[in-house]
Amino acid sequence: MNDRPSWFNVTSLVLGFSFLYLPIVLLVVYSFNASRLVTVWGGFSTQWYVSLIHNQGILDAAWVTIRVALISATCATILGTLAAVALVRYGRFHGRTLFSGMVYAPLVMPEVITGLSLLLLFVAVGFDRGFWTVVLAHITLSMCFVAVVVQSRLVTFDRSLEEAALDLGCPPGKTFLKITLPLIAPAVVAGWMLAFTLSLDDLVIASFTTGPGATTLPMKIYSQVRLGVTPEINAVCTILIGIVATGVIIASIATKRREVERARAERLAAAAP
Amino acid sequence: MAADKAIGPIRRSFAPWNDPKARPFIEFRNVTKRFGDFTAVDHLSLGIYEREFFALLGPSGCGKTTLMRMIAGFEEPTEGHVLLDGQDLVGVPPYRRPTNMMFQSYALFPHMSVWDNIAFGLKQDKMPKPEIAARVEEMLALVKLGPFARRKPHQLSGGQKQRVALARSLAKKPKVLLLDEPLGALDKKLREETQFELTDLQMKLGMTFIIVTHDQEEAMTVADRIAVMDHGKIVQVATPAEIYELPNSRYVADFIGDINLIEGRLAPAAGNGARLECAGTGATVETSQPVEAAPGSEAWFAIRPEKVTIGLEPPADPTKNALKGTVWDIGYLGDVSIYHVRLATGATVKATIANRTRLVERPITWEDEVWLSWSRDGGVVLTR
Ligand SMILES: Nc1ncnc2c1ncn2[C@@H]1O[C@H](COP(=O)(O)OP(=O)(O)OP(=O)(O)O)[C@@H](O)[C@H]1O
Ligand SMILES: [Mg+2]
Repeated sequence: MNDRPSWFNVTSLVLGFSFLYLPIVLLVVYSFNASRLVTVWGGFSTQWYVSLIHNQGILDAAWVTIRVALISATCATILGTLAAVALVRYGRFHGRTLFSGMVYAPLVMPEVITGLSLLLLFVAVGFDRGFWTVVLAHITLSMCFVAVVVQSRLVTFDRSLEEAALDLGCPPGKTFLKITLPLIAPAVVAGWMLAFTLSLDDLVIASFTTGPGATTLPMKIYSQVRLGVTPEINAVCTILIGIVATGVIIASIATKRREVERARAERLAAAAP
Repeated sequence: MAADKAIGPIRRSFAPWNDPKARPFIEFRNVTKRFGDFTAVDHLSLGIYEREFFALLGPSGCGKTTLMRMIAGFEEPTEGHVLLDGQDLVGVPPYRRPTNMMFQSYALFPHMSVWDNIAFGLKQDKMPKPEIAARVEEMLALVKLGPFARRKPHQLSGGQKQRVALARSLAKKPKVLLLDEPLGALDKKLREETQFELTDLQMKLGMTFIIVTHDQEEAMTVADRIAVMDHGKIVQVATPAEIYELPNSRYVADFIGDINLIEGRLAPAAGNGARLECAGTGATVETSQPVEAAPGSEAWFAIRPEKVTIGLEPPADPTKNALKGTVWDIGYLGDVSIYHVRLATGATVKATIANRTRLVERPITWEDEVWLSWSRDGGVVLTR
């Protein structure tokens, strides 16, 4: 391996990263703009963050969004994990192909169609649209993502571990909680985070299924932007980016630390008599 | 070795399989197991008795693990029945069977320490905490892993993992213990010690052990009876000595230890025993063991190398149980030397001689014309 990067690699890295992050950097920088005009730099200021605290509309929307995301991510994780277990474990049960196809369908289905069909369903059964319909819709959307993530971990899972637990007198339900779940936990957590972010930034499905009093943050931002972009919106987005980035950084540090720990333990084992 | 002496006489008198009144503890009744089109176990019947140390031998893929998994409850027979203590096991889930299994792949729980792995089964039985601790310590001492109790499986070497798996399966002191290649990753010394511990434990606790091994010597050492399997069928079940001295087929003879096989045709026997004319090698073989086959049918004479005498002078009666050839190769193994003697037909017969002196010069050497001979009780005539 050549350890000095070639100019080609450097250029593609720079281009790739600027393409990904330049818009975000601009957004963050302009959230600290003293000027009301989004495109003109008028000096550093945090006034938009202060005014944000007094904007009840945005705060309400943020609170709705977080509640929706927490509830739907948790439900989707439970349902998605169970679906993944059923798909991987219970061999060729009747209708397995149909079931797996149905679990994956929302992955490729255009969001507009998912949103519309859910809307029609809620209207048909006479559900009052609002907070809970958005939650239900987000569960439907993110469950299949969780199922995919967990399934990929389960296929490499050594079944003989579960058999060993059964053999030692542990009934199947307890075996799942004591052996399977702890070992697939990283995938379940990753699935939950994915579901949470999906719910956090969904605009289309939420717009279709929401009702009075349940405006999510993306919907709020979108409707305000149509009246013109204010630096306040930039500030909201910066906070969101901050939250997500912190989560990602904490997760990666934790993973890294575990790897280091593990490598150290393995060296110790190799050195042992 | 004092314990060895104490258990010696008990072991010798233990032979419930010869007792017509004894009922097998584990019984396979005409069991077949198919995976799709593939038949892993084929119309197999077998009885294993309480307190027996039973070994399964056979080439890779012959169905040993599948047989064990049917006892443990991870596979249900496609046809037939598996019985434990007279009760049909079909439909009884693994966690309700009084059996424990040591997995070929160890299957240690990676997120639990050695201590918790061993304690896992005991916790399922709701055993009181102090008793669990005592039992785990006992098991750790047995497999000599005391200092490793707090380690996770990935911090252990292969042999250490194997010992944890063994301790975990032993901890519940089950009625039936299934051991799938339990000692494969251990070095010779530790393996012999553990073999001894296993037989000792099995005696003391009165457990029934079923062991799968690829090591014939191990099977011979620990087992009361050995079953030799081939393609999902049992070819022979017998005590180690019977398997070695009286194999019932060329397959078993060839599988266990070293053996010479000489092809021939059965001739009418003079008195008791069997008579075989080996046209290819020109030998006439007479054995004391009678065979149940018509004269003229194809048969094989099987004799172990250590039962062939090699000499420069012809034996007293060179017309039977004797062959002439030239020394083709000599293999020096320390305790014995193996002579490969080439016959006029081109076939080779092996004969071993114990090296009773330190002399390096052997009276018989390469290219010597030699006589091979054996007694009437030396070998057996096999018809399949
Ligand atoms: N779940 C399964 N599906 C299909 N075939 C299987 C399955 N389990 C075992 N087999 C086949 O059954 C045969 C017997 O397998 P088994 O594991 O009992 O062999 P074994 O005697 O234990 O071999 P080894 O000494 O290598 O462990 C093999 O040919 C194997 O491929
Ligand atoms: Mg096996």
